[in-house]
Amino acid sequence: MKTIGVLAFQGDVREHLAAVEASGANAVEVRTAAELARIDGLILPGGESTTISKLARMFDMFDPLKASIASGIPTFGTCAGLILLADRILDGIDGQETFGGLDVTVRRNAFGHQTESFETRLAFKGISGPDLVAAFIRAPIIEQVGPEAEVLATLTSGAVVGVRQKSILGVSFHPEVTDEFRVHRYFIDSMVSA
Amino acid sequence: MSESQNNNVATTRVKRGLAEMLKGGVIMDVVTPEQAKIAEDAGAVAVMALERVPADIRAQGGVARMSDPDMIDGIISAVSIPVMAKARIGHFVEAQILEALNVDYIDESEVLSPADYVNHIDKWNFKVPFVCGATNLGEALRRITEGAAMIRSKGEAGTGDVSEATKHIRTISGEIRALAAKSNDELYVAAKELQAPYELVVEVARSGKLPVVMFTAGGVATPADAAMMMQLGADGVFVGSGIFKSGDPVARAKAIVKAVTFFNDPNVLASVSRGLGEAMVGINVNDIPAPHRLADRGW
Repeated sequence: MKTIGVLAFQGDVREHLAAVEASGANAVEVRTAAELARIDGLILPGGESTTISKLARMFDMFDPLKASIASGIPTFGTCAGLILLADRILDGIDGQETFGGLDVTVRRNAFGHQTESFETRLAFKGISGPDLVAAFIRAPIIEQVGPEAEVLATLTSGAVVGVRQKSILGVSFHPEVTDEFRVHRYFIDSMVSA
Repeated sequence: MSESQNNNVATTRVKRGLAEMLKGGVIMDVVTPEQAKIAEDAGAVAVMALERVPADIRAQGGVARMSDPDMIDGIISAVSIPVMAKARIGHFVEAQILEALNVDYIDESEVLSPADYVNHIDKWNFKVPFVCGATNLGEALRRITEGAAMIRSKGEAGTGDVSEATKHIRTISGEIRALAAKSNDELYVAAKELQAPYELVVEVARSGKLPVVMFTAGGVATPADAAMMMQLGADGVFVGSGIFKSGDPVARAKAIVKAVTFFNDPNVLASVSRGLGEAMVGINVNDIPAPHRLADRGW
């Protein structure tokens, strides 16, 4: 059985651990380089992207994480996790760093304040069955997609909310919050185990 | 496969969901845009905008109300993390104003002077989510029934004395454990004793936890205090006067953020507890006469 690590500095770590377990893999929390070395796939959870990247710097995990992602460990980010995987961000705070890996430009809080947060249903390329239940919470949007990245999900407005580039998957919404485990299964079956 | 997109704004799931995203984080009280910036730079997951920190409200006395909208606007423009603001218990018009100002969360807070000594705000009427204080499980469930999407154990704000925070989180956690151990036929009377709806009591008994995120507040002043609350089962902490009433707010804010992430690692806690300068002076809760205890507001 594959072991998936959830970066556990801050955010909805618990929901991701449960989603991984429900999707047929072993789930562990990752806070140290030793823990990072023991996993087959990495999840960057929802949370505050500024807080998570600062904690990664404070605990000397920024460069190890960046290196692991660049070296091709299968990685899946939701919401804040997507921001942390973007090569370029808009509306970040001064000096906000990302691990990068996805050749995309992501705008933070692209829908506005919390009162604009919403749920919807959307189709996801590579996942069959009914449309996914997707919760967007102060969510980012992928505004520009580089040639290496493939768009997997869009809203009817045309906004891009899911992309994959080789070993890296990023979505604007929170499949872990709506018990929509098909995205975790997609990650584990077609990116980690494949 | 047809894409039928009906966007549902401000559902219970997205209201409770924002609190899920704040887990493992520190929410800091700030009274100016400059303090908000310092909090964000230190790694806060959100800021609580208010006019005076609880220690000053306690020292200066008088009626404490919702903050000036200009101040809240200033803080919203200064940071990119979520901004919360406080309304008085029962003051639904202050809440309407805060929603119009686009705050991300409203704290219906006992730290301000209550506007209604009978009713809390009907929080289901709002698109913006609410966090409410509680000292025990029944109080937490009554607030959730009224629409609260997050619970904050109260502690005793503005004291720097963590003992009430400890008491409240232990009480709530202990009552949840006791509920989970009951048989189905005992839950009817449990609901009566908790003065909470039966369906919600059953939900907590089955899942062994609250249906919303619970942070701890009220008296947290050091990294060790924050880590202790996390070890007692808090999902995160609010720090009010503890940061900006201390000798070195920047260092203390960063240290508390680190302590909440590594709350189970005494080596990290030892290292982040060094060189922080003076903690806030503080008041022992036992020296505060009962009528002046903020935690007794709300029911």
